[in-house]
Amino acid sequence: MSNYTIQGATGEWEVVIGLEVHAQVTSNAKLFSGAATAFGAEPNTQVSLVDAAMPGMLPVPNRECIRQAVRTGMAIDAQINKWSRFDRKNYFYADLPQGYQISQLYHPLVGEGHLDISLDDKNPDAVKRIGVERIHVEQDAGKLMHDQHPTMSYVDLNRSGVALMEIVSKPDMRSPAEAGAYVRKLRAILRYVGSCDGNMEEGSMRADVNVSVRKPGGELGTRTETKNVNSVRFVMQVIEYEANRQVDVIENGGAVNQETRLFDPDTGTTRTMRSKEDAHDYRYFPDPDLLPLELDDAFLDACRASLPELPDAKRLRYENELGMTAYNAGQLTMDVDVYKRFEDILAATAIKLDKPEKAVATQVANWVLSVAPGVKNAVPDVDEANDTTGANAGILALLASDTVSGGQAKEIYEIVLKTGREPEEIAETEGLKQNSDTGAIEAVVDEVLANNAEKVAEYRGGKDKLFGFFVGQTMKAMKGQGNPAVVNEILKAKLG
Amino acid sequence: MMSNLTELTVAAIRKGVADGDFTAVEVAEAFNGNVAAADALNAFIVATPEKAIAAAEAVDAKRAKGESLGKMGGVPIGMKDLFATDGVQTTAASHMLEGFVPQYESTVSQKLWDAGAGMLGKLNLDQFAMGSSNETSYFGNVISPWRRNDANGVPGNAALAPGGSSGGSSSAIAARLCPAATGTDTGGSIRQPAAFTGITGIKPTYGRCSRWGVVAFASSLDQAGPMARDVTDCAIMLEAMAGFDPKDSTSLDMPVPAWEAGLNPDMKGKKVGIPREYRMDGMDDEIAKSWDDGIAWLKDAGAQVVDISLPHTKYALPAYYIIAPAEASSNLARYDGVRYGLRDLPEGAGLQDMYAATRADGFGAEVKRRIMIGTYVLSAGFYDAYYNQAQRVRALIARDFEQAFEQCDVILAPTCPSAAFALGDKTSDPLSMYLNDVFAVPASLAGLPAMSVPAGLNSEGLPLGLQIIGRAFDEQGVLNAGLAIEQRAGFTAKPEKWW
Amino acid sequence: MSVDKATVAKIASLARIRMTDAEVEAMVPELNQILGWVEQLGEVDCAGIEPMTAVIPNTLRLRDDVVDADPLTGGGVREKVLANAPAAEHGFFGVPKVIE
Ligand SMILES: [Mg+2]
Ligand SMILES: [Zn+2]
Repeated sequence: MSNYTIQGATGEWEVVIGLEVHAQVTSNAKLFSGAATAFGAEPNTQVSLVDAAMPGMLPVPNRECIRQAVRTGMAIDAQINKWSRFDRKNYFYADLPQGYQISQLYHPLVGEGHLDISLDDKNPDAVKRIGVERIHVEQDAGKLMHDQHPTMSYVDLNRSGVALMEIVSKPDMRSPAEAGAYVRKLRAILRYVGSCDGNMEEGSMRADVNVSVRKPGGELGTRTETKNVNSVRFVMQVIEYEANRQVDVIENGGAVNQETRLFDPDTGTTRTMRSKEDAHDYRYFPDPDLLPLELDDAFLDACRASLPELPDAKRLRYENELGMTAYNAGQLTMDVDVYKRFEDILAATAIKLDKPEKAVATQVANWVLSVAPGVKNAVPDVDEANDTTGANAGILALLASDTVSGGQAKEIYEIVLKTGREPEEIAETEGLKQNSDTGAIEAVVDEVLANNAEKVAEYRGGKDKLFGFFVGQTMKAMKGQGNPAVVNEILKAKLG
Repeated sequence: MMSNLTELTVAAIRKGVADGDFTAVEVAEAFNGNVAAADALNAFIVATPEKAIAAAEAVDAKRAKGESLGKMGGVPIGMKDLFATDGVQTTAASHMLEGFVPQYESTVSQKLWDAGAGMLGKLNLDQFAMGSSNETSYFGNVISPWRRNDANGVPGNAALAPGGSSGGSSSAIAARLCPAATGTDTGGSIRQPAAFTGITGIKPTYGRCSRWGVVAFASSLDQAGPMARDVTDCAIMLEAMAGFDPKDSTSLDMPVPAWEAGLNPDMKGKKVGIPREYRMDGMDDEIAKSWDDGIAWLKDAGAQVVDISLPHTKYALPAYYIIAPAEASSNLARYDGVRYGLRDLPEGAGLQDMYAATRADGFGAEVKRRIMIGTYVLSAGFYDAYYNQAQRVRALIARDFEQAFEQCDVILAPTCPSAAFALGDKTSDPLSMYLNDVFAVPASLAGLPAMSVPAGLNSEGLPLGLQIIGRAFDEQGVLNAGLAIEQRAGFTAKPEKWW
Repeated sequence: MSVDKATVAKIASLARIRMTDAEVEAMVPELNQILGWVEQLGEVDCAGIEPMTAVIPNTLRLRDDVVDADPLTGGGVREKVLANAPAAEHGFFGVPKVIE
């Protein structure tokens, strides 16, 4: 879908990208212990004896983590394996207390699925399908801090044992833009499902980026894996940098090493990860502390029944049932917070006006997507608590009923954000209502035309531009409260 | 009366305390005295006389108030140093964990304390439970209280192995340092030492006793169980130790049967299987004879004896020596010098150097050997040929037992191929040491309940044990057959005190 | 399959057990003896036999998603977690500096 190539000295190169996204499962407790998962706690305060791998400690899986991974799999139309197992991935590192990570290699919980990405906001129906190889459930590692002591690194195990879903894509992406769209779409789905908060800054979602280059249509090249990339922009930067670096290496007669690399956001470059330099032999084998995980139909049915309407379905429904443009539908359904705000305000507005939702959907969509954010951006120190569904619906009801003009609506919204006052009351007391009374407007128009006979003559003589002058004079005379549509209509009629 | 307290069984102590014949404190003091006087056996890594007294005082206080004293009320026991004990050093007999003081109590030990038992101390064992002679402990060999007689029936003074890995437990019970002790059995570590020292021990069905808080050796095999002087005491103590534990996902979620109340030596209507593959070429005559005695005793108790086949028996030991080291190599990865235990940090060493130095220093030779085997069989390219093949063979071994139990109710076999050997006899040849568990390992691989009961003494005056293997969950059948043998074997021998 | 010195050294490194040359050398025949012996498993016809997954028929139990329901498996026990640490500072475990 995108024609992204690297132009090298020897011609064009194609980039092949696969992503392994680690998404923190939304759960209260860890995957195998009862310690909390909340972000930002004091070091080692959310660590159980189990997480610290004390002698004799044993894992017991958290049902919610399994449930969320299954729901996530269902949301990408994936095969759900009713029989799966946990395996141990053995390696030594200071952030890995057990000396192994409990993960799933041989029999993952979720098998093949897919998701559709779009690169064109105006045409979200033009999609490319990206395959998902598998989703498995595994433990997160702890955290190492290197800059607190001259000769020591510090270990915090708060994250150790937190549940992750590793979502492994097929190598189906061919450009940084596709990879970016994939991560954004995946993030949207996870947030819809509620299985991950998608918060990349806090590390709830991070990607291992696999990149290789090849001559178009040629054999797959050797790939590098850049670990723990934690923003969409960085993912795209890694691909850009790695693709060009690899082309350089090959064109200069070298060979790409299959290796683990680290991204430096400050320079936008990647480098070999020293701690992973030696090739690992992880000695995977089934965790003998855990029996096979067997899921019954009742569990799976409950998972399926609990799935919300997903982004693609919602977008199509907005287009088909609410008569929305593809662009608006796409923008509104891209994130949970946005669509929820939209749907709440839409419902409340329709009720206030006693109209079907479809009748006000476009107006509400424009409000939510562009008008309201525009006002909000211009207002310093918005008190979010004032930005209620009711207030927005109140303004939209005034707007949709022609009680206020678009400009007045913005002014009211600004006051709402600052003070939390009621929109209807603001319109009333601040004089922010428009006059749609045709009789009254006609009277004013007649006066304006009478007072500007010369200009009327000029207009009638062909100077069309003067129309705006008459509108301005009329509005001025009405202290800005005239309904512009009515004013226009009457002026047109009178001027002939 | 008082001087005989350390000769009493668990059942007798419990009754004596409950009836007011003596106090729990008197019992604890008596055993504390024996422990203190038995340094030569090296059965304990740490003695905890104050813990034994405190628990006894609590029992005596309960009795004064007329409260119930619990299944193990007033009985002081030894705790194998593989069970984490809150505030008391727990080492798995390794330098790696020297000085490690857990801030938690294992489920099994907690259950015992809750049942009114008290702790005399932490018992020595083979390092990380790896061994069959108690010669791999960092804290020195455990010596069996038994001595081998020469041709004239005169006891020699060669130090004999108490068996392993629960050799501190077996030695201490045989020497009357405690009436009972916990053991753990991964490939015979309760049954073999019991047989070597003339005591009784049962490994219950895998999952009966929680593994939570027990230093892991091989997770799919490890099972705790009681060791005591007789079958009744084992039944009593197993009832106190067993039970569902939500902290162990392999724990059996089933009620604990009333094994003690269910004891019944009448074998009428029961079939006892004799596995022909256990009668191996070159079997020790005296072992063969004790097996025949066992068959006769069970017949006498009313059982019908049937010939059965366990065709994959010879592959059990090699399968075990892939599976157990593989699991151990991973289970022991946590001993890395970061969070607890030994840290060996050579000058200028990085993290990975610290690991390698710590583990080189902290683990004994046998532990390293098994970690090496386990690491090798799991390493890239070998996993399927070794580990998966061993797990397939293990499935066949379990199937052999299933089919055998269509024809019989329990299986009778020797516990070990020989009586206790001398310390040092087998240390130079690991394989000959491993072969000592040939009869014990199959039941471990299949997770079945199995016990060893004393059958008598051999011509050198050393105890021999008989093994009873039962169906999964049928500890009662195993205990009952054991009781039938016990009543007929009339084993009353005890080692003459030399320590 | 028999192992040589290089393989033993590689396994020792994977297992993070420092070994002198002499120790490696001594372990070669030991491991070969044991490996040679376990290889008799290759004789067993295991066609159609699945590797054992559960010793005793039992299914994996799952835990409710409740924080600190049992203090033995819950968090908030930093003193207990750090109590035996060879190096603990400011609530962290300390290890020799790692360069990633
Ligand atoms: Mg990965
Ligand atoms: Zn992963």
